[in-house]
Amino acid sequence: MAEQKAILEVDDVTIRFGGLTALDQVSFDIREGEILGLIGPNGAGKTTCFNVMTGVYQATSGQVRFDGRPLANLKRHKITKLGIARTFQNIRLFKSMTVLENVMVGADAHSKVSFFEALFRLPRHRHTEAESLARAEYLLELVGITARHDELAANLSYGDQRRLEIARAMATGPKLLCLDEPAAGFNPAEKQRLMELIRRVRDEGYTVLLIEHDMRLVMGVTDRIVVLEFGKKIAEGAPAEIRDNPAVIAAYLGVDEEDAS
Amino acid sequence: MTALSLGDLFGSLDNFLSFTAGGLVFGAIYALIALGYTMVYGVLQLINFAHSEVFMYGTFAVAWTFVLLHGTDSVTQGLTEALPILLVALVAAMAVSAGIALLLERVAYRPLINRNAPRLIALISAIGASFALAEAMGLRDRFASWVGLDDNLAEYVSPDKARDVYSNPVTIQPEGLFDVGGYTVTDVDLVIVAAAVLMMVALDQFVRRTRFGRGIRAVAQDPESAALMGVNPTKVVRLTFLIGGLMAGAAATLYMLKIGSTRQNAGFILGVKAFTAAVMGGIGNLRGALVGGLLLGVMENWGSAVFGSQWKDVVAFVLLVLILLVRPSGLLGESLGKARA
Amino acid sequence: MMTLVRTLLAWIADHWDAIIDRYNALPVVSKVAISTTIALFFFALPILRPPIITTNQIDFGGVMFLVAITALIAVGLNIVIGYAGLLDLGYVGFYAVGAYTTGVLTSHHGSWPFWLVLPVAIAITMISGVLLGTPTLRVRGDYLAIVTLGFGEIIRISAKNIEWLGASAGIKDIPPPNSFGPAATPPFDPGGFFTIPHLEWDGFVPGISETRETAVLIFGVRDAIPYYWLALLALILVLIGDRLIKSSRIGRAWEATREDEDAAELMGVPTFKYKLMAFSLGAAIGGLAGAFKASSQGGFISPESFPLLLSILFVAAVIVGGSGNRWGVIVGASLVAYLPERFRGFEDYRYLVFGLALMLLAIWRPEGLLPPRRARRAKAVEAEIEALQGSDVEAVKDRG
Repeated sequence: MAEQKAILEVDDVTIRFGGLTALDQVSFDIREGEILGLIGPNGAGKTTCFNVMTGVYQATSGQVRFDGRPLANLKRHKITKLGIARTFQNIRLFKSMTVLENVMVGADAHSKVSFFEALFRLPRHRHTEAESLARAEYLLELVGITARHDELAANLSYGDQRRLEIARAMATGPKLLCLDEPAAGFNPAEKQRLMELIRRVRDEGYTVLLIEHDMRLVMGVTDRIVVLEFGKKIAEGAPAEIRDNPAVIAAYLGVDEEDAS
Repeated sequence: MTALSLGDLFGSLDNFLSFTAGGLVFGAIYALIALGYTMVYGVLQLINFAHSEVFMYGTFAVAWTFVLLHGTDSVTQGLTEALPILLVALVAAMAVSAGIALLLERVAYRPLINRNAPRLIALISAIGASFALAEAMGLRDRFASWVGLDDNLAEYVSPDKARDVYSNPVTIQPEGLFDVGGYTVTDVDLVIVAAAVLMMVALDQFVRRTRFGRGIRAVAQDPESAALMGVNPTKVVRLTFLIGGLMAGAAATLYMLKIGSTRQNAGFILGVKAFTAAVMGGIGNLRGALVGGLLLGVMENWGSAVFGSQWKDVVAFVLLVLILLVRPSGLLGESLGKARA
Repeated sequence: MMTLVRTLLAWIADHWDAIIDRYNALPVVSKVAISTTIALFFFALPILRPPIITTNQIDFGGVMFLVAITALIAVGLNIVIGYAGLLDLGYVGFYAVGAYTTGVLTSHHGSWPFWLVLPVAIAITMISGVLLGTPTLRVRGDYLAIVTLGFGEIIRISAKNIEWLGASAGIKDIPPPNSFGPAATPPFDPGGFFTIPHLEWDGFVPGISETRETAVLIFGVRDAIPYYWLALLALILVLIGDRLIKSSRIGRAWEATREDEDAAELMGVPTFKYKLMAFSLGAAIGGLAGAFKASSQGGFISPESFPLLLSILFVAAVIVGGSGNRWGVIVGASLVAYLPERFRGFEDYRYLVFGLALMLLAIWRPEGLLPPRRARRAKAVEAEIEALQGSDVEAVKDRG
């Protein structure tokens, strides 16, 4: 893939919790239109890195810039509106809302409909509602759970819940979609389908950040990979380079086979 | 703040000290009641709204014990003179309060816990139980007359006056012991504060060091894992209610020692205050209950000195809001299970 | 008897969805016809005075007014508790703010007409909701309960101690809403455009009463029914608004916030803004109810009209009825307001019975009498899973 403009820049970010340094001067870019993999053994700081990008944590030092704009001190919902959306490692759907409603909440992120417009069913409310609905239905189709749109989210199967998380995040209209271990708990066939889905998402024009344990999935789907270990970046490059990188091999040999696979 | 400006605010330094001491005494009682809220909340995340009635039944147990052992003629006694009956009353109050607490657990909560009901509904059940218990006390003369015992038990059930104030026949006269900056510390005040602090320390050690205490902490942290590790959550919940009841009984005795009378709705406002104290200190935190109780008692007394006693409760609640804004999980944080310590 | 009641309650809740679904599937004309008929029935209720439900010891119109006001409050509180998931134990505070605003402006320190005061009372209550909500909605859920409870007490104690608000004597002679039609000239002419005679029942045989009648539309001291109509009208309007808002992005944002605040925030929902909106909307509706209360028949309010206990009763109404279901909370409010009045004969025991009933209902129907759709569906699935697990066990046994 040709060199493209960086959409998100992680610039020399350090995060400390008390005495513990979770991230230590980490820098990397995510380029527009790519699928970037962020990998590393357990406790390497992947999720911390992710949380600092989405505004859950504040960096102790350093900066995260999105579209050239620093994210520090922005409210979380503002960051979403700027165009970063995420899924959760431990699924966090709105369980007692329907599948469709879950996605609609995401689609509402850019709605400007006011209380009075909604109360009096003014034109903007009706337009926006119709648009959100169409968008939600399209996304459910894309991730392949249209048939269950009227079901409560809590009643979906595990795999469908993960798919719904992706649809809900995409509904917010992000430029950058961050997936936090979307394949956790999947069997190989499901992983295969997920890989196809991630590629389709990229083809729709989204930039994707993928945090994942499963090396085969990461190697198969990403354009570039950043490797963290003990809060430090130890490698960055195309999947083939990473596969042969001695530091990465050492990092992964240092942990159990189970954790690495 | 200098002593001079304190003197200005409170009239005199003596006044300031006496308001402080009076606040500490009430704060100690709040703290003991707050324990019941804090422990149940720590283990079940439930506001045990009916805990105020657990306390109220304790106050009646104290008065009844005096009626039983002393008779109904009103006398004034010193603390040492009344001490033997008072100790019996303490045991009786703790037994009655613990009994009511266990009854609550069995009747109002157990069926809901077993069914994993939404938490709010447990609050409603608690509110219902609270109403029913307070009303039952106010209707005790009717119940007695149903079974034809109202004549025999007249001095206990006060026919036609069951909803009125019910006084301990023995008025305990406090005796000054020594002066602190112009304020005379009485034996009653000293006993109340010392007893409360002693019980809190004992309970704290119990929860920290014993096997039962470990069970309570384990369930507070993570009920499912605790169950997997062989802790019986049902027993732990029962134990929590039992301890809360025992402490409320002790608080009831101290309250009667200080105030000398009670009534069927005496629990309500004290319960609200005690819960406020628990939240202030950090709900689920035993030491927080002590700190919150004492602080609330002192602050509302200061408040009533400065703004007038009619604003006492307003001061208490405004203080609560301020504390929560600065420290959203209370002064000492929430940590029965030490999960976030 | 107990099991019968229990089964009946479960049956009604189970069929409620079906009824609503069937209604929704009807053509618009039938929908309008049905809802108009139901609304008319409720408007006519205190005139029909049906046997059994009509209260005898106490004016039925007055009881129905109380029921309507309580229902209004429950619908408002349902937005706060049921939709946004904020436990407000001090709702009586807003009720009092609305009532006191009305009292102060119409009688105590001014002589504004009721219809002008009404929007002002709503606005002031809403502002008080924003003022209380802004600092407190940031604290965690259970703490909000105690903070709001404190707010309710602060309002009552302030009213009791501030001379300007009438202190403990309260505010007397609050004028009723302005009447429509020719004024009454006691003792014979009730006034109004026309009068409607009430029904009178001899057992189950209806007849037309010669003494009881309602003048349309005179707000006076003799008859509570016009006040009831006014409150009912407000209730219907609020219900329509409630439905429109609930089914918009605002309703979705509330639900998402209630379900998982962090996730909602990360999906672009400004959760604080929506919580504050729910809180102050609820407050405004409480204020509306308070304005009606102040200018109702007696025209009298005092700090003792707004005890903490009332807050607890309101919350009980919402949760017993089915927090999150607007029809459920109305049923809950009706029970809470109506039952103690209906059974005045057992005056001394009514709170004991109320407490026990609350406890039993909580245990029998933890989701409320008419739970919102979500709770019922989740329950159905649970039952299904249990059944499946049961059959697994059977299957294993068979193999074994």
